[in-house]
Amino acid sequence: MPSGARPLLVVNEIEAYYGRVCALHSVSLEVAEGSVVALLGANGAGKTTTLRVISGLLRPTSGSFEFDGKRIDGWSPDRLVRAGIVQVPEGRQIFAELTVRENLLLGGYARRDLGAARQEAPRVFDYFPRLRERLQQRAGTLSGGEQQMLAIGRALMARPRLLVLDEPSLGLAPMLVKEIFRVISEIRAAGTTVLLVEQNAHMALDVADRAYVLETGRVILSDRSAALRQREEVRRAYLGH
Amino acid sequence: MLSVTPDVLIDLPWGQLLVNGLALGSLYALTAFGIVLIYKTTQVITFAQGETAMFSTFVAFTLLTAFQLPFAVAFALTLLFAGLFGALIERVVLRRISTTTVLNPVIVTVGLSLILLGGAGWIWGYEIRTFPDPVVGPPFRFGTIVLSQLNALIFVVTLVLMTILFAFFRFSPTGIAMRAVAENRMAAQLMGISIGRMNALGWGMGTAMGAVTGMLIAPINYLDPSMMGDVALKAFAAAVVGGLTSLPGAVVGGLLLGIVDSVAGFEAPELRNSIAFALIVIVLVVRPAGLLGRRETKKV
Ligand SMILES: Nc1ncnc2c1ncn2[C@@H]1O[C@H](COP(=O)(O)OP(=O)(O)OP(=O)(O)O)[C@@H](O)[C@H]1O
Ligand SMILES: [Mg+2]
Repeated sequence: MPSGARPLLVVNEIEAYYGRVCALHSVSLEVAEGSVVALLGANGAGKTTTLRVISGLLRPTSGSFEFDGKRIDGWSPDRLVRAGIVQVPEGRQIFAELTVRENLLLGGYARRDLGAARQEAPRVFDYFPRLRERLQQRAGTLSGGEQQMLAIGRALMARPRLLVLDEPSLGLAPMLVKEIFRVISEIRAAGTTVLLVEQNAHMALDVADRAYVLETGRVILSDRSAALRQREEVRRAYLGH
Repeated sequence: MLSVTPDVLIDLPWGQLLVNGLALGSLYALTAFGIVLIYKTTQVITFAQGETAMFSTFVAFTLLTAFQLPFAVAFALTLLFAGLFGALIERVVLRRISTTTVLNPVIVTVGLSLILLGGAGWIWGYEIRTFPDPVVGPPFRFGTIVLSQLNALIFVVTLVLMTILFAFFRFSPTGIAMRAVAENRMAAQLMGISIGRMNALGWGMGTAMGAVTGMLIAPINYLDPSMMGDVALKAFAAAVVGGLTSLPGAVVGGLLLGIVDSVAGFEAPELRNSIAFALIVIVLVVRPAGLLGRRETKKV
């Protein structure tokens, strides 16, 4: 590893299909412990699919995974959550019918220990004070930005070792995008490893140590963020200059 | 004085019919609640709810007669049996079938109900038996209204069960997790909730609720393999009237059908089912999503 840290997650030549359509041809990536890794790519490149495979929602047809030095191939989503891989899915997917409090409680569900979940809550409220004011409200009544905060807060309740974020800034006003990215840096500073999928390549490369670029189900580039930023093809395709 | 109400309706013993109707309706409501619970957690509409209940009631009958257990003990053991039975059905059968067409689970649960009908007949026979009375003694009287001990028991059991279930879904992590699964299975999985476990739990709880109906209606009617046919049909209708995805809706639908059944049964017994189902058609025409159901809104 370039950073010298050992890899927390290793994804090895993953191939995945939706029915007969091949969505991932051969995706390999590594996430060093304590780092932020960004996954960039255009619409339909296979970013979400990669995350679905990592979270156990989609079975790859071939390839292998390691998490914390252990093989995790074929693990069920709930087992992966208990192991420490927690995903904030695309489109937030909060439980709109449940209250904010219930959503947060479910975030800590995998830990089977209400006391531990309660310890985590103050940290979540530190990041997102607004959630504390909305605890008894139905989550569906929150604004888009608040829902994203809830989705991230809910994931943090599981005290993840690897936090996986799928386009957390999508559809948010610039102010909120900044706030979300500020929190991502803080989460990382607190010792949580982050795998981040983003359309907003500027912000993603700012916060990430390394980035991978996906194109039609293949990794076409990977490097340290600073180096990628200088690459002509990245500048043109993702940074807009 | 001008009255628009026909005399036949004024002359009815309304209070009594209401009490009887609510008792019967409570039983419909319990079974309907089970159907909705299974549907919400597992996305399968079960047509076996009546027959799993009947089968469980036979188990209770065996515990009461062959083993001479007190009613409360037999009741508790039967609930346990029904819970495990429901979970087993989920594990062994439904988990394995493909849900690529909605018809597969329908055929499987219809098949299951037929298997249970035959199985119960084979084990216990087809003759009509009387089920031991759980409570004996003179009825309670409130003015002109008579409340039998059994109906009183039905009210108590229903109220206690509904209170427990309400608290379970509101306060316990497992109950909240079941609501989460009902709302968004993918997100629930990402919370570390095991869908398989919740499916089994939903089936177990739903089946146990049907068993409660079976054990409380058998002393009123009779015990034989076809005992739940009419009840299950009404419970199913109650679930649909209530909106199919709404647990309170199932209760409201059940009570409503019980009252209609009781009033219609008094006035025109031969039209009982026709009137009940005419009402269902009307409700669904006026409110396609059912009384408390929410119209499916697909999120993008
Ligand atoms: N459920 C599905 N069924 C069939 N094909 C799918 C499904 N989900 C995604 N795909 C296809 O797989 C490919 C990769 O999709 P994926 O959602 O992983 O892209 P993405 O990089 O996350 O895109 P976006 O930036 O739009 O979120 C696309 O061609 C998409 O059309
Ligand atoms: Mg995506």
